[in-house]
Amino acid sequence: MLDTIRAFETPEGIELQLHVAGPVSRAAAWLVDSLIRACIYIAFTIIFSLLGKMGWGIILLVYFIVEWFYPVLFEVLKGTTPGKKLFNLWVCHDNGTPIGWQASMVRNLLRVADFLPFLYVLGLISMLINRDFKRLGDIAAGTLVVYRDEGERNYNLPEQKPLPSPQALRLVEQRAILEFAERGEKLSYERRIELSDILEELTTHKGDKGQEHLLRYASWIQRGGEQA
Amino acid sequence: MKQYAFEQQNAALWSRYETLTKDLNSNKSSLNALQRYELPALYRRICQHYAIAQQRHYSLHLINQLHQQVLAGHQLLYEHKVSWLWRMLSFIWVGFPNQIRRHWKVFWLATLLFYLPAFAFGIACYFDSEMIYQIMPDHSVADMEYMYDPGNDNVGRKAERQADTDIMMFGYYIFNNISIGFRAYALGILLGIGTIFNMIYNGLFVGGVAGHLSQLGFTQTFWPFVSGHSAFELTAICICGAAGLCLARAIVAPGRRRRIDALRIAGIDSIQMVIGAALMLVIAAFIEAFWSSSNLLPIPVKYTVGAFFWLIVLLYLWRAGRNLEDGASDGD
Repeated sequence: MLDTIRAFETPEGIELQLHVAGPVSRAAAWLVDSLIRACIYIAFTIIFSLLGKMGWGIILLVYFIVEWFYPVLFEVLKGTTPGKKLFNLWVCHDNGTPIGWQASMVRNLLRVADFLPFLYVLGLISMLINRDFKRLGDIAAGTLVVYRDEGERNYNLPEQKPLPSPQALRLVEQRAILEFAERGEKLSYERRIELSDILEELTTHKGDKGQEHLLRYASWIQRGGEQA
Repeated sequence: MKQYAFEQQNAALWSRYETLTKDLNSNKSSLNALQRYELPALYRRICQHYAIAQQRHYSLHLINQLHQQVLAGHQLLYEHKVSWLWRMLSFIWVGFPNQIRRHWKVFWLATLLFYLPAFAFGIACYFDSEMIYQIMPDHSVADMEYMYDPGNDNVGRKAERQADTDIMMFGYYIFNNISIGFRAYALGILLGIGTIFNMIYNGLFVGGVAGHLSQLGFTQTFWPFVSGHSAFELTAICICGAAGLCLARAIVAPGRRRRIDALRIAGIDSIQMVIGAALMLVIAAFIEAFWSSSNLLPIPVKYTVGAFFWLIVLLYLWRAGRNLEDGASDGD
């Protein structure tokens, strides 16, 4: 099992899994957010400095809000900031529920501490020590930054006439064959043949024929004896 | 049951569930109450299907697909939702002052960390005109002296330049003061060292300025100016410090919890103090920009109002919302 998968149990008694994100993608997301913030600063400064002192008052208010609340607002309302969204990241509580405003405030105010002594060095150290890649703010807020997996949809097995396997297969073996069939489309032809050749002993064929047999076993495992 | 049959049997339910979660996420208003209440029952079915699919070792793809569905429903079902306005009011009247009282030890500790150096250094600066240079660079001292020099007619912002300057200063006070508060809090996670340093430093600074200006005899400009907003500003800074010390306590003395758990609890707990303090700092900035800066008002009025604000703050922290349940305590 991958060690970046965190599992937690819901009240319904099933286990959900979250794929926690590491420092590199998070740093990249932070960089994008910083650029967006810089753009906001520049735009507001240019527009409102025309209004003289009153304009500067507004600019300072905007600085304050963007500086401290930009991530909070996005995380609470959308679950993720624009930068994180770009890298398919989102923020949630340790138990997978959407982040609330308190936790979001904690994790974002504590950026001050994580940033020390410069450019998130302390945060990085904390992430490397913590098994969930949490920086100090995440630890105190009880939050995780995770990947949002876009489930692959409509991924059907290739149509094949079901064929029982010549040998009884254990569950893991059945799973392996099913997965081979499901992912086949993503692999190159040569790789598929290479993989199916490994099971020559089972299929008693090499090359195309062997592959076809595997797909037919998969079809049988999934659908049973009836025709497709 | 074979996977294929399982899929066939439940396809209709899955697609209904999927459209429901999509609708709930995007265009909620198109659904009537009855449709919304379908979610929990459907969600439990999906959970069961997910568990079955795992138990029967169906293909990983089907399991992943169901997992996605469960995750979507879980997000919808366990969202925290309370009306904003009610939550705000309840927090201001009950949650926040109760929180300060519950953490009275750290609150007083932070207050001492601020006021002891403030008084000590203030007195030192009052009797030694060179003392202030220990913590402030020359040009800052010069700026400050210039600003409050009664001879310069500076503090008394004249009537005609009021409005726009006031708004600029309001922006500045918000930006500067609340950032100071937030930093004093956040650095508490470094075993409290950051918070303690911040509180002492701010104390030295405030006390030093007050002592130095008094020693120069600028009392007529300085004290009426600060009297108005001091109650909210100084108390709020102490509350931020107290919240920072709460974080520190969770790490240094977690009690019967793992440090990591103690910190998580302290984090959610202390942030409420910081939010409350930030609201106080907004009030302080408002007073400072629009009331303190006005010199059309006679000095006794300013002192009276300043004393009145202190009374309000103390009464509020002492009595407000006592014996009342916080209607929105922590949203869980």
